[in-house]
Amino acid sequence: MKGILKKISEIDFGLMSPENIRKMSVTKIVTPDTYDEDGYPIEAGLMDPRLGVIDPGLRCRSCGSKGGDCQGHFGHINLARPVIHVGFADTIHKILRSTCKDCGQVLLTESEKVDYKEKIETLIRNEESITGIIKEIYAVARRDKCPSCGEEQEDVKIDKPVSIVEGNYKLTASEVRERLEAIPEDDYVYVGINHEVAKPEWMVLTVLPVPPVTVRPSITLETGERSEDDLTHKLVDILRINQRLKENMEAGAPQLIVEDLWELLQYHVTTYFDNEASGVPPARHRSGRPLKTLAQRLKGKEGRFRSNLSGKRVNFSARTVISPDPNISINEVGVPEMIATEVTVPVFVTEWNIEKMKEYIMNGPKKHPGANYVIRPDDRKIRVYDETKETVIEKLEPGFVVERHLMDGDVVLFNRQPSLHRMSMMAHEVKVLPYKTFRLNLCVCPPYNADFDGDEMNMHVFQTEESRAEAKSLMRVQEHILSPRFGGPIIGGIHDHISGAYLLTREGSVFSEEDVFQMVKRARMPLPKATGEDWTGKQVFSLLLPNDLNMVYRAEICRKCDECLKLECKNDAYVVIENGQIKSGAMDEKAYGAFSGKILDSIVKEYGTDKAREFLDTSTKLAIAGIMKRGFTTSTADEEIPKEAKDRIEQLLANAEQKVEQLIEAYHNEELEALPGRSLRETLEMKIMQVLGEARDKSGEIAESYFGMENHAVIMALTGARGSMLNLTQIAACVGQQSVRGGRIERGYSNRTLPHFYVGEMGAKASGFVHSSYKKGLDP
Amino acid sequence: MDELVKEIKKANQRAGVENGEAVGTVAAQSVGEPGTQMTMRTFHYAGVAELNVTLGLPRLIEIVDARKKISTPTMGIYFDEEYSADEEFVRRIANRIGKIILNDILKDFNVNYANMNLSIEIDEEKIADKRLDYDEIIAKIEKAFKKVDIDKNLLSFEPTISDPKHAIRELRLLADKVRDLQISGVKNIGKVVIRKEGPEWAIHTEGSNLGAVLKMEGVNKTRTSTNDIHEVEKVLGVEAARNAIIHEAQSTMEEQGLTVDVRHIMLVADMMTADGKVKSIGRHGISGEKASVLARASFEETGKHLLRASIRGEVDHLTGIIENIIIGQPIPLGTGSVGVVMKDKK
Repeated sequence: MKGILKKISEIDFGLMSPENIRKMSVTKIVTPDTYDEDGYPIEAGLMDPRLGVIDPGLRCRSCGSKGGDCQGHFGHINLARPVIHVGFADTIHKILRSTCKDCGQVLLTESEKVDYKEKIETLIRNEESITGIIKEIYAVARRDKCPSCGEEQEDVKIDKPVSIVEGNYKLTASEVRERLEAIPEDDYVYVGINHEVAKPEWMVLTVLPVPPVTVRPSITLETGERSEDDLTHKLVDILRINQRLKENMEAGAPQLIVEDLWELLQYHVTTYFDNEASGVPPARHRSGRPLKTLAQRLKGKEGRFRSNLSGKRVNFSARTVISPDPNISINEVGVPEMIATEVTVPVFVTEWNIEKMKEYIMNGPKKHPGANYVIRPDDRKIRVYDETKETVIEKLEPGFVVERHLMDGDVVLFNRQPSLHRMSMMAHEVKVLPYKTFRLNLCVCPPYNADFDGDEMNMHVFQTEESRAEAKSLMRVQEHILSPRFGGPIIGGIHDHISGAYLLTREGSVFSEEDVFQMVKRARMPLPKATGEDWTGKQVFSLLLPNDLNMVYRAEICRKCDECLKLECKNDAYVVIENGQIKSGAMDEKAYGAFSGKILDSIVKEYGTDKAREFLDTSTKLAIAGIMKRGFTTSTADEEIPKEAKDRIEQLLANAEQKVEQLIEAYHNEELEALPGRSLRETLEMKIMQVLGEARDKSGEIAESYFGMENHAVIMALTGARGSMLNLTQIAACVGQQSVRGGRIERGYSNRTLPHFYVGEMGAKASGFVHSSYKKGLDP
Repeated sequence: MDELVKEIKKANQRAGVENGEAVGTVAAQSVGEPGTQMTMRTFHYAGVAELNVTLGLPRLIEIVDARKKISTPTMGIYFDEEYSADEEFVRRIANRIGKIILNDILKDFNVNYANMNLSIEIDEEKIADKRLDYDEIIAKIEKAFKKVDIDKNLLSFEPTISDPKHAIRELRLLADKVRDLQISGVKNIGKVVIRKEGPEWAIHTEGSNLGAVLKMEGVNKTRTSTNDIHEVEKVLGVEAARNAIIHEAQSTMEEQGLTVDVRHIMLVADMMTADGKVKSIGRHGISGEKASVLARASFEETGKHLLRASIRGEVDHLTGIIENIIIGQPIPLGTGSVGVVMKDKK
């Protein structure tokens, strides 16, 4: 950061006058050829050396700077005949329609003029859009007779893209230009032209600016062949036709030929500006690919605006696969050494850190805390090699900048696409680790919506002190525990953290002091005083809570009984925390899970983000320690239900199917009564859906009643760690009705879903009710 | 007490939004992020099982686009206390609102090709059931058809035959016309459903006409509502339209099981109604009216905006975000919105 930074305060838009175009041009272009046989650019050709240079080493003939430094200079082509600019064809048409063909004045009465003028001026003063009012004028000023000179007006039509037709006569571009010239300057306002920056006749081109070569660089292929840019091709076309037109005109060729050539010139200029203009066949490359001309370069997602100006490619970034690491803090990210030695942080050398910097340079570019480049005060960048590092160290003095490797504690930006919300980009502290993946704490998976099935993430290294400071105070992970979307935590325990906490804190969970100390040590918490007695899990978890935390809430495992027994809850779902001690209730998703953690929520709000980060780091580790002490596993055995239960479910489903049969029979006998606003058929479908839905729920309930809280799959479902009761009952009892667009399945074969049903069968099975369970296997 | 006030003040301040915070961006993200999870699930019928209402993402898009014609307009009509429990009264109103065509009250319908006429019989029971008035119906029929013979419940129609070759076709057309004659109902409203909600009766409709319904006697003016935002704007004004947008968007999100803080939706609704009329978000609404040329050009229709800017002589003052990103300057937002000014000594 040096020198005075200039700030652009505004950008003015305007049209270029022919004089302006000529003035900024360094050369007139006449020859349609680019290079001569020896490969040198032809003077006054499209690659004229005065238009700037691209090859490094050469010097620009206009400004004298070297290739790469010269941004290029415009040239110009004098068009033999004027040509309409496509982008303005519509505007020209509207202007001609609202001005007099004779005197050029806008077809408005004096009073209208005064009225509109005032309106437009107010709008401009308020910096509002004048598009609406201009449109209104275009409509009003479409008169048959000129109010000022009384001349009869003919209807002016536009024949897309650029032909303007008056009555039955097609106006030539020169005539159009004459008309536009006739419009008095005072009338510009009414047709939406700012007289300070534009004149209507400038919308018809007499001179065409030729962009510098830097805008249309030619590529040299491996074969040595030169391949020109699309714009160059188009300009060659324009020049060639322009040349022929000029020659023909000078030779006094018949009107017809001149007009044909003129039209052709118009076509080439049109496609030069916009190759997708409606009404013109797009100009094509020899291979048949449409050329990418000016408008196409700017437009759309891959255009200049969205692809190069609003979004840019960056250096100092890295991307690799992610994997979990429960041992690092939520604020950290594990960076592979390979990446750490490649992306760098610039450090300004001072008297105080020069020794440290020398050490880094001594390590060279390959050994970890090393350095890759040294930037001298005169902006020369010197690469550090193992062979040259000694000489670099010798020259190093305060004022230099050393680009050292990424190190532990550096702040980096970490991101996973799609970046849907601001939590998709957060600042982490670097922890350089072996192997080749980024490592992240499991709690930050929800905000990134990341998992480890091959997801990749990006890392960006800040290059200035300001950005680092800003990121550290605004973008750090801990500052984003609460989501702005719903005000609750979005970072929190997931999966095993929750089952672990539940196993730890549920009623009757007791640990020997030895076990407790092991767990506490694992979680890297300060060791409590030894009591010599057994600990309950609630006591262990309470060690984490701030001493003055008080709260009461209902846990995720709450079954929503009709009457809450509060402290006597047999599910241990009524959580009471007094002065940081859990008096009752078990910890589960509602305690510190992502999206709904109440304790976490209140810690963030009451004690700040530092405390919350600490709580999350330790509590998840403690929960993992807890789950390891108890052991946790699940298999299909968890969904096993006794024979008796299976029989009951079978019975229930048989009943339901019978009911469906009855309904169908009633429907066929037309005994069914239609619900208001529904047809009979719809009513039947709804009733069947209802019966089958009920059957599924009931079968689930039966299965559920045989599941106990000792079942690990059930623990996961009820505490909110993973899965739901529905998943379990579908595995154990009955899968239920499959639906397509809210209705039963009726597609497949004609009038039946599968070939082994009768045609027109409407029963439960025939329309996608699966009565067996996933475990039993599907039928058929 | 003072201590408490101080604490509360502190907590309140902590909860507030800081200056320079990009509230609009946050609101957009908050609404947009769950939007990606929203599925095209439209099979959860909201409340009334008998009426089909657009839900989920399509509905949300409809709201922010401020569509003039929404796909499923619907109304919830509630009644003043003295009538709300009166089923009879509600039924009568429902029949006045709901569309009833002649076909609904016919007992018998005959196309007689021999005599080239139609004969129909009106069912008095059905008329009574629908709480209609016989005389009114007859008046309506007489007004609509000239050649009609009325004999109590038996009516016969004769087609006006202009061209004997198409006589039969004319007769059939007439038959359809007769059957589709609307004899009762409010314009734009189709089917109605009467439901008991707790102790009171309410009407839900397909189609919507807030203005006409509100004029009816007994209709509760504060609770009756429609999901057509433009209609709310027309009848009750922008403020009401703003509330309607908030309510509709919020309930659409909730319906999908997504929690989004109201304040985000309020901001969106404020943006849409700030000018005194409901504007859409997008090319034709808010984004299309941005002051900056570059911002508009980078959004959509790049060429059009640049060309227009040049003849208008527009000036981009570079006060927005995108403009500054495009030209590579710090953006005036958050920490970028403050500058440092050196104060002269003395």
